[in-house]
Amino acid sequence: MNFKFSGRKISGILTVVPANEVPFEAEIGNYSVSPAKSMKLKLAMGYNKHRIVAGDVCVSDLCVFGMEHLFAKGLLKKDEIDALVLVTQSPDHFMPATSNIIQGRLGLKQDTLCLDICQGCAGYEIGLLESFLLLGQESIGKVVLLNADVLSRKVSRRDRNSFPLIGDGAAITVLERGDAGSEIHANLKMDGARADALIIPAGGFRCPSTPETGAMVEDENGNFRAKDHLVMQGDAVFNFVQVEVPPMIEALAASAGLTLDAVDYFMFHQPNKFMLHKLADKMNVAYDRMPANIVENFGNASGVTVPLAITFNLGDRLTRERIKICMAGFGVGLTWSSILMDVGPLAFCDMIEYD
Amino acid sequence: MEDKILSILSGIRPEFDFARSADFVEDGMLDSFDIAALVVELDETYAISIDGVDIVPENFASLGAIKNLLVKNGAQP
Repeated sequence: MNFKFSGRKISGILTVVPANEVPFEAEIGNYSVSPAKSMKLKLAMGYNKHRIVAGDVCVSDLCVFGMEHLFAKGLLKKDEIDALVLVTQSPDHFMPATSNIIQGRLGLKQDTLCLDICQGCAGYEIGLLESFLLLGQESIGKVVLLNADVLSRKVSRRDRNSFPLIGDGAAITVLERGDAGSEIHANLKMDGARADALIIPAGGFRCPSTPETGAMVEDENGNFRAKDHLVMQGDAVFNFVQVEVPPMIEALAASAGLTLDAVDYFMFHQPNKFMLHKLADKMNVAYDRMPANIVENFGNASGVTVPLAITFNLGDRLTRERIKICMAGFGVGLTWSSILMDVGPLAFCDMIEYD
Repeated sequence: MEDKILSILSGIRPEFDFARSADFVEDGMLDSFDIAALVVELDETYAISIDGVDIVPENFASLGAIKNLLVKNGAQP
């Protein structure tokens, strides 16, 4: 499915990362393989350290912290927010929506559309699409898109498939009508037939949490996890990304009438360095145009990796320049989506720590 | 080429004798992370980039499969 927008822009991005930073070496004792093999895994995948929340920190805590920072700095005013779109897979509660909780904690006006979307790895692109659509309404002049997850709380610490790469964090993106340079092009595909590739099997209504679903079980590779934990079929997800993403990006560029050479940066979701380098090689894109330094510095916080890649790598430049960026997300759902647009100059493009 | 591949495999999983196995994956000698580490070393050794769509277990099941994969991706025997 293709989308095209004009007269809409991103006006600011703030990312929030937990201050709690854990080095990979501190956790290799949790895994069933030898330290030597874990270190080879570190080199191949780019694991180094990750930011994970300490204690019972929730998505609303990270979002409220970031929003209050913007209010305090005068970068955003409460009464100008018409919609609060939250993309998360780790809501505070099943009900009510976490976006409503955030609205209440911040004291935002009642004329605010609060909307939770359950998406993960492609959550930034899905959230941007939804926000651009909302800006088609006259009554909505400014949308705050929140991407946030604390999935480290749902990943077994004895699962070397998933725990070394997981990260927590939040991103706040402000969108409004205005000149964004060229048109915005986007595409989106979903395949629910492969939903089991990335799933938390228990804890919902299909399989409620019980003492049995909380019991740790060893898999064929020596990982220990419970049905209450996230489980990823790493092989299947890797193959899905390599097969589906390069043609998606080619189709996106073609719909915009551009070649990949016209794109300044490819800010892609970052499950691990190995996967991104393979995508870059396939697309014949130099590694410095597709930064792969988020997992090694922060971990993979689902829909936060793309805005975090933008603030971490282009923060200062984007407050002064306009840069053509191709963003892409791919994973849970399965869902894959990409957006090609001009970004900047932004009112803010920064990263702060939640302590 | 086969000797070099064997040497790389032994560096990744020194506890196994790869020359004695007919199916490295089926015999539990290589898991998905071993395959990733192997691809990184093969890419570097042969100055190629193995296509991501070719990184599936059956292409790493035997010395012959790995050799075919390397040749397909431009490695010189």
